[in-house]
Amino acid sequence: MTVVYFTALALLTLSAYVLASRRSVALSSTGVRLHSLPAYHGLLAISLVIVPMLLIWAVGTPLVSQFAASNALTNFPAETRNDALQAGSALREIKNLAAGQRSGDVSDTLRAAADTYSAWRTTGDYLLLSIGLAAALLGIAASLRLVSGPFRARNHFESVVRVILLACAGVAVLTTIGIVASVLTETIRFFFDPNIKGRPGVFDFLFGTEWNPQQAMRADQGDIKSAYGFVPLLTGTLLITAIAMCVAGPLGLLSAIYLAEYASPRMRRYAKPVLEILAGVPTVVLGFFAALTVAPYIRGWGEALGLDVASESALAAGLVMGMMIIPFISSLSDDVMNAVPQSLRDGAYALGATKSEAIKQVVLPAALPGIVSAFMLAMSRAIGETMIVVMAAGLAANLTLNPLDAVTTITVQIKTILVGDQEFDSAKTLAAFALGFVLFFITLILNIIALRIVRKYREQYD
Amino acid sequence: MTDATSTLPTQLPPARRRAIPPDVAAARVRRRYASERTFKALGIGALALTALFLVMLLTSIIVKSLPAFSEHRAVMSVLVDAAVVDPDGKRNADTLRSADYASLTRAAITTVIPGIEGRSARKALTGLLSSGAADDLRALVIADPSIIGTTIKTPMLFSDDVDLYLKGDTGRYTTAAGVAELTPSDVKGDITLTAADQSFAALIAELEREGISADAEAGAHVLDGRIPSRVVYVNGGAVKVVKATANTLTGPVLLPLSSVSPAKTGSWNLTTYAQPESRRRISDQEIVFIDKIKSAGAIERGFNWRFFTSGDSREPELAGIRGALIGTALTLFVTLILCLPIGVLAAIYLEEFAPKNWLTDIIEVNINNLAAVPSIVFGLLGLAVFLNYFNLPRSAPLVGGLVLALLVLPTIIISARAAIKAVPPSIREAAIGLGASQQQAVFHHVLPLAMPGIMTGTIIGMAHALGETAPLLMIGMVAFIVDVPTNISDAATVLPVQIYLWSDLPEAAFQQRTAAAIVVLLGFLFAMNGAAIWLRNKFERRW
Amino acid sequence: MENSTVDLSAIERVEAARTAHLTAGAKPAKVLARDVNVYYGDKHALKAVNVEIPDRGVMAFIGPSGCGKSTFLRCINRMNDTIASCRVTGKITIDDQDIYDRSLDVVQLRARVGMVFQKPNPFPKSIYENVAYGPRIHGLTANKAEMDDVVQSSLEKAALWNEVKDRLQDSGTGLSGGQQQRLCIARAIAVNPDIILMDEPCSALDPIATAKVETLIDELRSNFCIIIVTHSMQQAARVSQRTAFFHLGTLVEEDSTKTIFSNPKDQRTQDYITGRFG
Ligand SMILES: Nc1ncnc2c1ncn2[C@@H]1O[C@H](COP(=O)(O)OP(=O)(O)O)[C@@H](O)[C@H]1O
Ligand SMILES: [Mg+2]
Repeated sequence: MTVVYFTALALLTLSAYVLASRRSVALSSTGVRLHSLPAYHGLLAISLVIVPMLLIWAVGTPLVSQFAASNALTNFPAETRNDALQAGSALREIKNLAAGQRSGDVSDTLRAAADTYSAWRTTGDYLLLSIGLAAALLGIAASLRLVSGPFRARNHFESVVRVILLACAGVAVLTTIGIVASVLTETIRFFFDPNIKGRPGVFDFLFGTEWNPQQAMRADQGDIKSAYGFVPLLTGTLLITAIAMCVAGPLGLLSAIYLAEYASPRMRRYAKPVLEILAGVPTVVLGFFAALTVAPYIRGWGEALGLDVASESALAAGLVMGMMIIPFISSLSDDVMNAVPQSLRDGAYALGATKSEAIKQVVLPAALPGIVSAFMLAMSRAIGETMIVVMAAGLAANLTLNPLDAVTTITVQIKTILVGDQEFDSAKTLAAFALGFVLFFITLILNIIALRIVRKYREQYD
Repeated sequence: MTDATSTLPTQLPPARRRAIPPDVAAARVRRRYASERTFKALGIGALALTALFLVMLLTSIIVKSLPAFSEHRAVMSVLVDAAVVDPDGKRNADTLRSADYASLTRAAITTVIPGIEGRSARKALTGLLSSGAADDLRALVIADPSIIGTTIKTPMLFSDDVDLYLKGDTGRYTTAAGVAELTPSDVKGDITLTAADQSFAALIAELEREGISADAEAGAHVLDGRIPSRVVYVNGGAVKVVKATANTLTGPVLLPLSSVSPAKTGSWNLTTYAQPESRRRISDQEIVFIDKIKSAGAIERGFNWRFFTSGDSREPELAGIRGALIGTALTLFVTLILCLPIGVLAAIYLEEFAPKNWLTDIIEVNINNLAAVPSIVFGLLGLAVFLNYFNLPRSAPLVGGLVLALLVLPTIIISARAAIKAVPPSIREAAIGLGASQQQAVFHHVLPLAMPGIMTGTIIGMAHALGETAPLLMIGMVAFIVDVPTNISDAATVLPVQIYLWSDLPEAAFQQRTAAAIVVLLGFLFAMNGAAIWLRNKFERRW
Repeated sequence: MENSTVDLSAIERVEAARTAHLTAGAKPAKVLARDVNVYYGDKHALKAVNVEIPDRGVMAFIGPSGCGKSTFLRCINRMNDTIASCRVTGKITIDDQDIYDRSLDVVQLRARVGMVFQKPNPFPKSIYENVAYGPRIHGLTANKAEMDDVVQSSLEKAALWNEVKDRLQDSGTGLSGGQQQRLCIARAIAVNPDIILMDEPCSALDPIATAKVETLIDELRSNFCIIIVTHSMQQAARVSQRTAFFHLGTLVEEDSTKTIFSNPKDQRTQDYITGRFG
């Protein structure tokens, strides 16, 4: 049906354009002066067809499917309908059956429900199609009526375009709203919805030191105790981030200083791609490298020194995470150092400072805010990074600061909880969204502060 | 002027400077230059270390990936038995498809090493072949039914363990020529090999060193799977050593002997496989078979095309990236057709039309912050909104593409804005001065001029999307999917997720394939970034 | 032969579009400004300007830099609309039509009032496309032959045809500075405006190119109302028939060029033309 609808849309669009522009050409050949080129009369006609038809489709399709589903479910007993889980699985079966993707024995109820569903869908789809066609034809008629010499088709079409442009820019806002809404609502339910079994209090979450999101899957497992203490995840995340910053901070900053202040253009030409390639390596690749090359190496090296190294040590993940953010720090710091005016350096040189003295005593202090914000942005990257830690750090929520131990992170837990079969509406699933909220919040704060600092700093030298 | 002069002392007092002895001053300067050199060396060191990281990363992955690009096959004569393939002789496609080709490949390999008896030995022999060998044969027959009833010579894929063994992963061994005449007690079954007394003293001593002492009950040293295994090759056959005394070796025949006649000194040998049997995935029996097939010249090594032409599989030797590649293409297609127009139009709005007001401010702040939201959070968005709210299909490129589009949208908007900003205002003024509307000026003049910059930004954004994994895990693109997807609502996976999935599997062959898939992924990324750089250099216009 | 008939019809059509405005009123004043004030945000850039600009001929705006010449010029084709902070009060009419009237389509206004900028700004397209762009967006030609004709006649009027006729498909940005500026003039007259605004059109050109452009302006003045901003008093004296002197956002004095340069009424004008300030 979708195909029919969009074929109709395409055909109507085409004919709207042809009709309206032909009409305006005909008008001008009779000597009427046109305000707008015929093409604009055509384009306006097109927008009068596409916009209503797309709107009708976008609003109507979910409505039809919703309506068909709720009607189909009336074939089932009330307790099935009222249980969200059962209703959901029944609905899936109905849809599969209606789509002909299900073979084998089918109960009568199900068959009847599928028939209801198909019937309602068909009716609804035809209804949609006819509404859409009617709207499009109205649009064409209106646009043809509008064609006249003084009619400002271009101006009207441009208003339509402007709205479209604004809508596109609004997608970014919608995305943020979507993120906040989805994460926040689930988080609130996690803490406050009385129907969720095993949910923790806000205090237990924020200050609890035990993380064990196990869920009793069956009644006989009832004694499994779940715990949602966030502290070990936070310390784990921060431990790995700290290791990463220890690696990337000095390396990234020193590379940036060298590139910005010392390197010849030739050197820059070769060194920059190295950093760019490193920046472009997907994190799943870095994770593989961390888990299969770095971690065994560190373990072997630790054993040689007589240390007890976990096979998924925080150190391995942190080191590779550091590799990931080196290019990030170096390119941002490079930018801020380039923004320091040459006159400051010249002042230092004129006093007889060596290059390194000028850098250490003049350039770096001047660039400090920018560098601090670069570090903050890099940290937020590291905190939000998922694949490296998923592959190289563990699942064990140990509350430790020993880099040789296994720790887990916020992102690892989100991924672990949400990948694979999830029970919707369980405390465990909601916990992942709560973690997502915390993650979003932490990185957002870091970013806002960093961007503030950068902006202040830019204003200073602009 | 005059005022100022009058208040100044006529002569300035001499500058009060501490007199520094020349040697101290020189030392000071030397120290300052030394610190200058140190500082510079630190910078170079940091860069070098970063480069070293990159080199280590790339070499470790490339080295690991190399074996995955080739595969071993047994070139054998297969009788395409009409009784098995097409019993009723009607060449019915369904019959041909459902026939038991595995029995044919099994039969074929048992003809290479005839005379194997015993269930486990036969199983070991037929198990050398991959289950894919039968599928290949099926494909051959369906493509050309005229071969039914004939004997054809065709390569058949080995299982991953055999492949790895042949690639030299586990095969380290040492051979000692026989030092005395050796008499087998039989040609098959459990047999005893007897030689003059003290012939095996050296072996016994070796076993003692490996921690095996004489077993009182058996009256011999008993070898087990935890120590390197020993095999005696004698009279064209092979015997595994299970028990050893100073003059006898006892154990099962792995490969039938041709006779029981005494083997002369030097005509037999004792081979020690360094890796204990329990620590490898391939048994002594299998090693003996493979070596036999190899010495028959029936093994070939070829490029692993299958890696690029087949989908995922539980069998490492059959697993390929085609499904992931198509999934990636579909996903990126959705991403591109969404985020390119939306991104460019949004950038045009913000650069050219947006009034200075709170709404514009909100949009701008939004885009900047969105660019730094962790990718996994976009996955949560996809899960909660696209899957649970809009009921879009799980694991589908459609949803993956949607999520990635939102993820790279800020990147594209930011780079498109930069490209639009770089077009000088004089071009807009010229058009507007001629009576073009603002939109005409933008769409006729500014946008075409900004296009190379926009394309560069888009390619970089798409490269980013290509390497993204975490958000796709959230929306279920992690399922094990054998079928190659054909449209955007099929269940699919993408290359980075395939890498993640394989990296978790224990088989060494999968590790190699992971590395190979990474090489392919990096190849695409380098190509895309190269294209972006080329585009930038070719079309960059300095105003 | 057939070509020439097409030529004629094209020229007629374009000419008709132009005279449609001209015949509207045979008033001597083409542009009339009454009490025009311009603000950039809080900055009062132009204060109560009143001026009448006659049809045909060249009017020059002179004055020290920052005095508001460009600002006033840009009011006449409403280029100031593109600056968000800019606010214009008062009344400007062209042929008795209020150009700040809400019902007026600014795009059509600009088709009647062409503009040439300080720095030559040809589109980075072919010479042909540069000239053809205006007629195309205003739908002035019906086919390729007509367009060819408009392009040729515009380039001829801009005294550029002989230099570029063999390379119409070359990029406009590849021309020399003076040629680029004449291309911009050709581009402006291709739309067949009544008025051409020129904002220091020669300030980026060398003396020889300047001379060529000045000759061109002199030739065009019988067909167009030209308003030129210049910082060179010699240029004003050479090309214009009337001159207006601006100072600190006010129009100090407006008269025939001869009077302004020989016998100015205002002391500030006197000081300026004798080089006391500016
Ligand atoms: N876009 C603008 N925003 C704010 N002020 C402006 C702008 N353009 C011009 N001005 C101010 O208006 C005054 C007149 O400028 P302008 O008309 O360009 O002078 P000129 O006579 O040199 O052409 C100047 O003081 C200038 O600073
Ligand atoms: Mg000016």
